Amino acid sequence: MREITLSQAVNEAIAEEMRRDPTVFLLGEDVAEAGTPFKVLSGLVEEFGTERIIDTPISEPGFVGLAVGAAMTGARPIVDLMFGDFLYLVMDQLCNQAAKQHYMSGGKLSVPMVLRTNLGATRRSAAQHSQSLQALVAHIPGLKVALPSSAYEAKGLMKTAIRDNNPVVIFEDKLMYQDKAPVPEEEYLIPFGEANIKREGTDITLIATSSMVQVAEKAAETLAAEGISAEVIDPRTIVPLDEATLIESVKKTSRAIVIDEGHQSYGVTSEIASRLNEKAFYHLDAPVLRMGAMDVPVPFSPALEDLTVPTPEGVAAAARKLCSGELIHAA
Amino acid sequence: MAKAKAQSTPQSKPQSKPKTNTEDYMRMYAQMVRIRTFEDNANQLYLSAKMPGLTHMYSGEEAVAVGICEALTDSDRITSTHRGHGHCVAKGAEFREMFCELLGKEEGYCRGKGGSMHIADQSHGNLGANAIVGGSMGIATGSALRAKLQGSDDVTVCFFGDGATAQGLWYEVMNMAALWKLPVIYACENNGYSEYTKTEEIAAGSIMARAEAFGIESHQVDGQDVLAVNELTQKLVARARKGEGPFFMELMTYRYHGHHVGDINRAYYRSKEEETDWKENRDPIVRFRSWLVAEGIATEEEIEALNAEIETDAAEAVAYAEAAPYPDASEVDMHVYAD
Repeated sequence: MREITLSQAVNEAIAEEMRRDPTVFLLGEDVAEAGTPFKVLSGLVEEFGTERIIDTPISEPGFVGLAVGAAMTGARPIVDLMFGDFLYLVMDQLCNQAAKQHYMSGGKLSVPMVLRTNLGATRRSAAQHSQSLQALVAHIPGLKVALPSSAYEAKGLMKTAIRDNNPVVIFEDKLMYQDKAPVPEEEYLIPFGEANIKREGTDITLIATSSMVQVAEKAAETLAAEGISAEVIDPRTIVPLDEATLIESVKKTSRAIVIDEGHQSYGVTSEIASRLNEKAFYHLDAPVLRMGAMDVPVPFSPALEDLTVPTPEGVAAAARKLCSGELIHAA
Repeated sequence: MAKAKAQSTPQSKPQSKPKTNTEDYMRMYAQMVRIRTFEDNANQLYLSAKMPGLTHMYSGEEAVAVGICEALTDSDRITSTHRGHGHCVAKGAEFREMFCELLGKEEGYCRGKGGSMHIADQSHGNLGANAIVGGSMGIATGSALRAKLQGSDDVTVCFFGDGATAQGLWYEVMNMAALWKLPVIYACENNGYSEYTKTEEIAAGSIMARAEAFGIESHQVDGQDVLAVNELTQKLVARARKGEGPFFMELMTYRYHGHHVGDINRAYYRSKEEETDWKENRDPIVRFRSWLVAEGIATEEEIEALNAEIETDAAEAVAYAEAAPYPDASEVDMHVYAD
């Protein structure tokens, strides 16, 4: 199978859906000729024109609001939010407006829009361009949240997001844009709410999102060499969450670590750990561990920044302790 | 020309024309009385503790909603505000579904899930009231962007109050609307008060000048004169359909009640004398009624009969809504996500 980058996968997904459905358009800062700072959208304006690939002013609440209104009146807008950190700027439009229209109107209005943005630290971009804010939006009923972990997922989830009749926030890891993965030439979609078992194992379940899937897979390699069999599961969407697959795995392995790059406290790892405790308690041989980013603003200095995110070594070390029967309470 | 019905398509939509016949004048009058009557009943429901929550009365501002909405067709869209019952009625909503919504009943426009502050009536192009001040400015502008991308000539009117001009969102979306010549009309209902504060205390300079700074043609109009509002809106809507938008209208008006129904003691921010002056000398319904009689368009008897008919309709709708069932408990987690 051919291999393409995550960036190309996103570009292909958007182009295919724009060819398929004339109501799809894209707007955001520097999306047309510039193709975004990460060049993810390069070439789209040449094919679709500036009517459908719309450069906006630096007005995040404004253009997210425009997308909500266009979606409520029959379009399928894709909003490009240059950095995930800018979610704080658009919270009212996303959480008070987009997320609630369908419910508040008793099902009469709907907001089929995609907000694509990014997450991920270790790019030396400091505290306002490095955050992983998926927990923030996953908390809001009415929003769906997708976290692709490779080019394959990025394409399949993006296509599903564009066809979904709800507001979907899709986070790409900005450090993975040049990572290649096998992506079929022929069309495919990845349904929301279906976790992917990346690696089967029997001793411990590593549930990981986005780029943390790679971290978990590397940890699993290390552990395998030591005789510990780790299962790695990528939920792919955290709303909706494929709880059944996660629970089934934990019932088999009796141990779990949840790894996500958002801050650990009140985060995605906490939510998933909590559900496992509620629904698989009697099958657990050890507490479910959370491994998120440290609860600090992301520091600039590489010497500090690298300390804040989960690493394969850290995950492997934690897994060893869980499997050896050593009970671990938060760090 | 009477209001076009839902079947009208962008291609076949008749051009708006100035209101020149008796039927249209009487319809404008009736719509204003329907709003006032609706609000009187809603206020009573609140005072008698039959209505959950609270609500914001539109009484006094009727000529704004009616003058504007009478210049629109059903495929034109509006966004409304927390003070939104007037817009909802003026855009064509029915009393029964509205009262049901205010009482949280299943047959309400939003199945009781929105209530007074979120009432929406998509069938008539009302994209909904919004409880965030200025929160719908993006939605209205996006609706206009949709019309432009679609190649339709639908116009969107964004209603908001003077208080909302303090929100940054407005300046962001006006900029884009002006850059892209979107068919949106920003209709600022200036009732003089931002909740419990005189707007002159919180608004520097001129509100009109803010829109003009974006190159947006702006007009100020007496919001108590339904014909003046309608005439101006007809012209602006026709031009917006041809791609000459966006436009800004500042409609000078007054709210008779407080910020919300519970805002009874208002002396600390505005005087009784001021309220009385607006009610006695500038009431939009009284003014228009006198004009209809003076012009020989209707007799006092005909107007009284019309008023009585509307009161009966409202009373029936209230009784219907009071007796109507609440949503079933199974609805609580329905409509969180669309299929």
